[in-house]
Amino acid sequence: MGIDDTITKISAELGDRMLEIDRHSDKRAYLEIAPQTVIASAQLMYQKLGARFQIATGVDIREGFEIMYHWVLDDEGLIITMRTMLDHEKPEVDSIAPILPAAEWIEREMWELLGINFRGHPDLRHLLLADDWPQGNYPLRRNHSPGADGGVTP
Amino acid sequence: MNYAINALTRSLNVFHLGGSACNNCDIEILDALTPRYDLERFGITLVGSIRHADVLLLSGIFNKKSAIRMQELIAQAPKPYLVIAIGGCPCTGLMFRDSYNWDRMPGEYVHIDAFIPGCPPKPEAIISAVVKLVDALRSGALVPGCLQEPSEAGELVPEAAGAAELN
Amino acid sequence: MSKRTIIPIGPYHALQEEPEFFKLHVEGETVVHLDIELGYNHRGIEKLSESKDYEETVFLVERICGICSTSHPIACVQAVEEAGEIFVPERALFIRSTLGELERIHSHLLWLGLAGHFLGFNTIWMWAWRFREDVLNILELISGNRNHYAMMKPGGVRRDIDKADIPAIDKLLDGLRDPIAMFRDTVIEDPLLNARTKGVGILTREKAIAYGALGPTARASGVDIDVRRDHPGAAYGMVDWDVIICQNGDVFDKAVVRILEMFESIRIIEQCLVNLETAQGPIDSDPKIVATGEGIGIYEAPRGEVFHYIRSDGSNRPVRHKVRAPSFMNVPTNCETVLGETVADATIILAAVDPCYCCTERMAVAVDCDGGERLWDARDLMRLSLDKTDRLMEETGWTGPRPPDYLLKD
Repeated sequence: MGIDDTITKISAELGDRMLEIDRHSDKRAYLEIAPQTVIASAQLMYQKLGARFQIATGVDIREGFEIMYHWVLDDEGLIITMRTMLDHEKPEVDSIAPILPAAEWIEREMWELLGINFRGHPDLRHLLLADDWPQGNYPLRRNHSPGADGGVTP
Repeated sequence: MNYAINALTRSLNVFHLGGSACNNCDIEILDALTPRYDLERFGITLVGSIRHADVLLLSGIFNKKSAIRMQELIAQAPKPYLVIAIGGCPCTGLMFRDSYNWDRMPGEYVHIDAFIPGCPPKPEAIISAVVKLVDALRSGALVPGCLQEPSEAGELVPEAAGAAELN
Repeated sequence: MSKRTIIPIGPYHALQEEPEFFKLHVEGETVVHLDIELGYNHRGIEKLSESKDYEETVFLVERICGICSTSHPIACVQAVEEAGEIFVPERALFIRSTLGELERIHSHLLWLGLAGHFLGFNTIWMWAWRFREDVLNILELISGNRNHYAMMKPGGVRRDIDKADIPAIDKLLDGLRDPIAMFRDTVIEDPLLNARTKGVGILTREKAIAYGALGPTARASGVDIDVRRDHPGAAYGMVDWDVIICQNGDVFDKAVVRILEMFESIRIIEQCLVNLETAQGPIDSDPKIVATGEGIGIYEAPRGEVFHYIRSDGSNRPVRHKVRAPSFMNVPTNCETVLGETVADATIILAAVDPCYCCTERMAVAVDCDGGERLWDARDLMRLSLDKTDRLMEETGWTGPRPPDYLLKD
């Protein structure tokens, strides 16, 4: 199908819910969607296009919390990344774990390391950090100071 | 004391404890038992329980979650025993020292009798270190940490439930 | 009235248990639920990476795992190269594939040995690891270290493979074909190994896809994915080899996939070494900066696809470095494969996904039981596995080698 046809197909399905298209190369594309579109995009990629869920990456940047969902079409060797931006003050988004068991663990990890809330996640609890890790202490946030004391700089 | 040195310098029962390791050192320890180096012919065997161990091998940086477990485990080790830190990680923490999950240098809360640096130390290095350690024990140059007077480090080790009735 | 009790099964390496924490009461044999608890190996590598420059990051990710010690660096440098649009010379690509495949052989032999150990066949353990030493010799010849080769850098590789060394490497590799064939025949023909692994711990194709399973775990369940073929990086697009797929998804198939993959790895390495004669030139494009951008690097580690994402802003440190090891997707499949199986089989099923030590730590298994008092710890579980082998030996009348006595008594 090729990357251009794939992008066309996804655009056709999402319509004006597709906010921005970045055709990065013959094998990579980064598509921006709104947080409300996350579940629809997961259904489209996983159920309709048969893509494999690779992983999700959360980043704390100036504009907000960005989550990138990486989807792979192995038959064509393409990686389509759906990115969405969440609000800094109250970062939350719908969980895709109910449709996709593969996403359960990574949403738990993003919750505990970045403090993003995943609405509807079946089992949101610590995955990697100790159970008595201090509340509100999110190591991957920019205001988290390096070092073992894990303090938060204002 | 003689009994202790005898116990620690002949066929050694080794218990390996990996705490947040990349497991390369763990594999090199197992390699030392496999046919190429074959430490089993000297009576050195790996045991599955610390209660049977003469030597405790530590590897990895012991992050916040595993440090507590390690201390409770050492509290159960019957004396005499030796603690050996294998690899660069328990010696200095290597590049993980700045991590948010870094706890402390293991040497701060448990007395380590020998350090074997390397990333990972080759089985030859491990064997050479054990030989040096045994020589040092026999000549009296080294007193196992568990038999020394309780130091500040010793007092930091929390008393685990049931440990008292074992010793 | 049935009571659920928790039995711990330690990390993959059986000799790392901590009996003190997991002394439990158990009755009954069937597993009804699996709870997986991680975190003992979490070292905060993604955050650490942001404070390291790109070359230091490669050293950092090498130490994520000792067995996949080249997979993470390859994926990482590929991500950096994609982000910064850095060229990699052809000779470096062949060297990368050579190292990657050597690592695959030594990793699969390691798994084979430990799987044999769990089943009570210490002979397999000793023999597999003895032949693994040959592979480590080759790696030491090329890189100077048996593990942690420090060969990868953005833009190429650090060291060349000396032409004078290639005959020795070829000879050692060729010498591995017979032993691997011996392992293949043992696993396929031995009635006891068949009894312990066939039909045990089945992962269906649908579940494998739903969990995003990767590597041999997925290929044993009929999912036809392999990063080397689907997203060819390094030299995989320039050599001939086959992807190994099985259909049943049980422990037997997972073992067969890994063993047959070793033959393919030898094929790939031999072709790469031949290509190195003609692909002369630099081994490193020596980039000075990493341009602003983002890149994804994926590589087929022995356990499956390893994923690195790098975002760069033109400085010498990554803005964001996301790492995802294959075991992150494979280990949750245990929730499906271990249900309804007996406790005696639990060890080998959990080991069959070849969890990378540093990605997999403690697991708790809940067992449905009917009251009663019996203390079992992790050594008892190992003993259960060995006892089952003994039982099957009696039933089938096979009188092969027994595990040594020191493993059976205290």
